[in-house]
Amino acid sequence: MKDKIAEKLLLFIALSAILSLLLITFFIFQQGIPLIFKAGLGNFFALKWAPTRGGFGILSMIVGSLMVTIGALAVGIPFGLAGAIFLAEFSSKTIQKTLKPIIELLAGIPSVVYGFIGIVILVPFIRETFGGPGFSVLAASVILGIMILPTIVSISYDALLAVPNTYREGSYALGATKWQTIVMVLLHAARSGIVAGIILGMGRAIGETMAVIMIAGNALKIPGSILDSVRTLTSTIALELGYAAGDHRAALFACGSILFLIIIVLNIIAIRITSRK
Amino acid sequence: MTFRIGPRTSQVIAYITLLLMTAITVIVLLFIIVYILKNGLGQLTLEFLTDSTREMGKEGGILPSILGTLFIALFAILIATPLGVGSAVYLVEYTKGGPIRRIISFGADCLAGVPSIIFGLFGFIFFVISMNLGWSILSGGLTLAVMILPTIIRTSEEAIKAVPHTYREISYSLGGGKLDTILRVVLPSALPGILTGVILGVGRAVGETAAVIFTAGSSLGLPTSVFSSTRTLAVHFYILAREGISMPKAYGTAAVLIIIILVINFIAYRLMHRFIARYY
Repeated sequence: MKDKIAEKLLLFIALSAILSLLLITFFIFQQGIPLIFKAGLGNFFALKWAPTRGGFGILSMIVGSLMVTIGALAVGIPFGLAGAIFLAEFSSKTIQKTLKPIIELLAGIPSVVYGFIGIVILVPFIRETFGGPGFSVLAASVILGIMILPTIVSISYDALLAVPNTYREGSYALGATKWQTIVMVLLHAARSGIVAGIILGMGRAIGETMAVIMIAGNALKIPGSILDSVRTLTSTIALELGYAAGDHRAALFACGSILFLIIIVLNIIAIRITSRK
Repeated sequence: MTFRIGPRTSQVIAYITLLLMTAITVIVLLFIIVYILKNGLGQLTLEFLTDSTREMGKEGGILPSILGTLFIALFAILIATPLGVGSAVYLVEYTKGGPIRRIISFGADCLAGVPSIIFGLFGFIFFVISMNLGWSILSGGLTLAVMILPTIIRTSEEAIKAVPHTYREISYSLGGGKLDTILRVVLPSALPGILTGVILGVGRAVGETAAVIFTAGSSLGLPTSVFSSTRTLAVHFYILAREGISMPKAYGTAAVLIIIILVINFIAYRLMHRFIARYY
């Protein structure tokens, strides 16, 4: 009897995560989607953002979000993969045990601290070296690239470790060097895990808010170069939610809905890839 | 004549490149920590930690933000821990594959990937406005509880899975029921692993900004009840840095944040290690 009640209660508790997800989906869409139809798709996917005067165009922010995300991947993928390969294939147990927690610590540093480092070091550096305002696509890409490193490193590392040792031995027996084995055998065998790590890193980059606000400049236009200021979907929400009302607030939830859709799609792809095995 | 690099040479080049890139990653991380501590540790006086905040943060200390962070994080784990551990127990002990298990896992995985600004939007419209809780410790804590739930579920799930089957069988053979076995045998054995998840959850709550600034607000007063608006350390640091109110105070606040995160990660790491050493 007691066991039966416990089982029902636990089932109810266990549904909390999926219920929260449904609740979040419902509230974000319920607040945001009606505005998209009210404004009309042509007005919504347009350039003019003046939400207090009927301009609900989020195109420059979507482009901004995509640009910093691609920039972040350009920084995060090579360094992340290099770190994962080095740790998994070229390191002794001791080095693995020291470096892995250090890299995972990167994930624990609050995003405002990354943004701050961007303000005091990276932005002035970019301004003095390459010109422009410093607050730019480039600054945001580098900081976001560092922020998504731990995701890419640890998931790719786990994927490489999961490749059976017989693959390595078979390749060595054919006379391949360690590097040839990595490129021709291991990266192929581990590719679904690596892709999942990159997709999750992409989700983190596109959803990051505070660090981007602090260093991207937030100008409302499509950047002409990587040294130009840029504004993302997330920054718009965070910059304006504090004072927005009426349709303006609804427009921010509409930005949130688009962001949420992108994230859910990325998550589902990553989950499907990892659970295929 | 074409110039070819032999496999041995390319191996050496690859090794050096990978080594350098990994070294850069590690150096960047250590640099961030050292830079913040070097500029911030000088600010850390007893007065800074125990004084109220004056003139928007230009003067005084950060006591209200320390208390605000503590209350919100505490509230978040008080709600998320039972839900997270309960979910994990159900996943490991009561489901054997099947659609329910897949739905629950999918929920946790998806929730883990939701960005904090979305939690901020949700907490704002749901807790602050619809449930009329206002900008408060309660709204902030509830929002963060939802955010850290997947961390606690996943870590607890791993911890419970790691408890050897023989433990359960011995308990059953002594006449223990399923619930008794879980409460008296499985959970106590999995405790260090579960604690690791809870501590990591605290770490996420402490470092969070976007999800709390729109749910707990940014009031600088000392919190008097769960309905008080408050400003966490991360939010305070963000406002100090972004509005250029006071660089020294910003560095000081950042140093406190970094030290808390380092201690939390260190404790979590040690606990996990002791736990792994026991069962694997």
